[in-house]
Amino acid sequence: MSNAFIAFQKCEETRCIVEAITDDNPNAVVNDQPAMVKVDVPGRLVIKRATVEEKMGRPFDLQELQLYLITISGHLDETDDEFTLRWNS
Amino acid sequence: MDMKVAKKLGLKERYTLLTRDLAWETTYQPMDKVFPQTTYEGIKIHDWNKWEDPFRLTMDAYWKYQSEKERKLYAILDAFNQNNGHLSVTDARYVNVLKLFLGSTPPLELMAALGFSMVGRQMVGAGPRVACLMQSVDEYRHFQTQIHSISNYNKYYSGLSEFAHQQSRMWYLSDGKSFFDDAITAGPFEFMVAIGFAFEYVLTNILFVPFISGAAYNGDMAAMTVGFSAQSDEARHMTLGLECIKFMLEQDPANLPIIQRWIDKWTWRGTRKLASVGMMMDYMLPKRVMSFKEAWEIYFEQNGTALFNDLARYGIKVPKCFAQTVAEKEHVTHQSWIGFYMKPNAMSFHTWIPGKEELDWLSEKYPNTFDKYYRPTLEYWDKMEKAGKRFNNLTQPMNCQCCLNTVKYNEPDDPMSTCFRESVYQGEKFHFCSDHCKEIFDFEPEKYIQAFISSNQALQGNCVPEGVDASAPEFNPAEHMVDYWRLDPAVQGDFNGSQDQKNFAAWRDQATKN
Repeated sequence: MSNAFIAFQKCEETRCIVEAITDDNPNAVVNDQPAMVKVDVPGRLVIKRATVEEKMGRPFDLQELQLYLITISGHLDETDDEFTLRWNS
Repeated sequence: MDMKVAKKLGLKERYTLLTRDLAWETTYQPMDKVFPQTTYEGIKIHDWNKWEDPFRLTMDAYWKYQSEKERKLYAILDAFNQNNGHLSVTDARYVNVLKLFLGSTPPLELMAALGFSMVGRQMVGAGPRVACLMQSVDEYRHFQTQIHSISNYNKYYSGLSEFAHQQSRMWYLSDGKSFFDDAITAGPFEFMVAIGFAFEYVLTNILFVPFISGAAYNGDMAAMTVGFSAQSDEARHMTLGLECIKFMLEQDPANLPIIQRWIDKWTWRGTRKLASVGMMMDYMLPKRVMSFKEAWEIYFEQNGTALFNDLARYGIKVPKCFAQTVAEKEHVTHQSWIGFYMKPNAMSFHTWIPGKEELDWLSEKYPNTFDKYYRPTLEYWDKMEKAGKRFNNLTQPMNCQCCLNTVKYNEPDDPMSTCFRESVYQGEKFHFCSDHCKEIFDFEPEKYIQAFISSNQALQGNCVPEGVDASAPEFNPAEHMVDYWRLDPAVQGDFNGSQDQKNFAAWRDQATKN
């Protein structure tokens, strides 16, 4: 199965976001690179607002991801509560 | 008290209000006259409302987040410049990557801004119109921020000040210009595949992700912040390209062969453009994060295959050139560096022979090719340079009529011979670097015969600075090229012995001692 992935600039916010991803996606593989971090998940990667908020200790709008995103792979579906990347094969 | 509180609208509802309720069918003029370009490419669209931007970004959110990105970016640029950040890069060779980047990238961002303005105007649906508008503004932002981030280096280093003049004149900058000229003069749907898919999905993933991570690794906070800030928009751009391909495929099965041809064509054009980006990663970053080959495997082979497998349900096949790009990933960056190294007086950046440790790194990363085909050449040239005979090829390069790269790549099945192809059109012979470029030309020759190839134009007397008479009997075109390009004398020649090298050493010395 193809990997869905997302990469972020390294900062305090994305440390929490990556923690939330690894909690919600048990197959996530985190890859640290200079100034950035990339997370791969086979098939489907989901970011849940509630988990990110718990990690950050503050309200979080998923559209705030725009500030830290570097790249994504997979078809995207974004709602108020979940940001999902998925490959259908 | 019985007071009804209006519930805040959700993301989907806000997006629907923006992209559906604000659009209308024209009545003073028929729709096909208002949007005249959407049919001639043969793409059939039955229901524009099926288009949805998965980011569901509304204008208020767009301005809010983009302005936040800008504030962060300029704060970092100020801090970097105030702290003499340019002296914290690994070594002065690094600055040459910025010289090539400045000539090749911001002008393309500007062309992308123009292209998306034009295409946004042509799209019938409000969904793609809004997405194209945002992308156009993004591209303009990239164009400006890239120039701003590098402008501080222009105060200290050679070869940066004439990039805008050089973009449409310099032999090695024409490949990118040709890519965008080709895309902008195509129809709106082909433009979306060219830029949204090939450029964003294939190319920027390598340029702005591992390469920019490499810039950070080499201490260039300015390039890092501007690169990542740009790439934060690219995630949206890739999504737009992907959405456009899916939308066209779902609208009508007759669209499939047209889209397949565009995917074949633009994947190849993107691949050719990447040869020089890969060279920046393998040769020009003093410290390396990963090789171009590794980046190609992650971002094209794996990531591209994920996409092509996914699109297989619509009948899309892996691009025709796929196998050739996989074979070439072990060659192209070396061929590019060799191609540039041999023209020290005809470029706006310096070249050099990598040090021994760097050659060893290349041997390790390219075990099948580097020692066998490329290292001996570089070591031979190193000896020549040390003997005071730095290699300098004074002939004009031959460029591919389609991709405008210099013809320097190998035959697909023979690394020891150069691949040349040609076509005759209306009695004139045209040259190509590959079968794929020849095929692209043969499909639309009227388009590609118009390419501006500086070495051909120079010999015809069309590349002269003001005041030079090309019809004079003693006219020698080669004499005027440097003036025509406005090439800084300080940027000519090898990096070793250059003004940049000496200045950097002296300034760094001042920065660490009293």
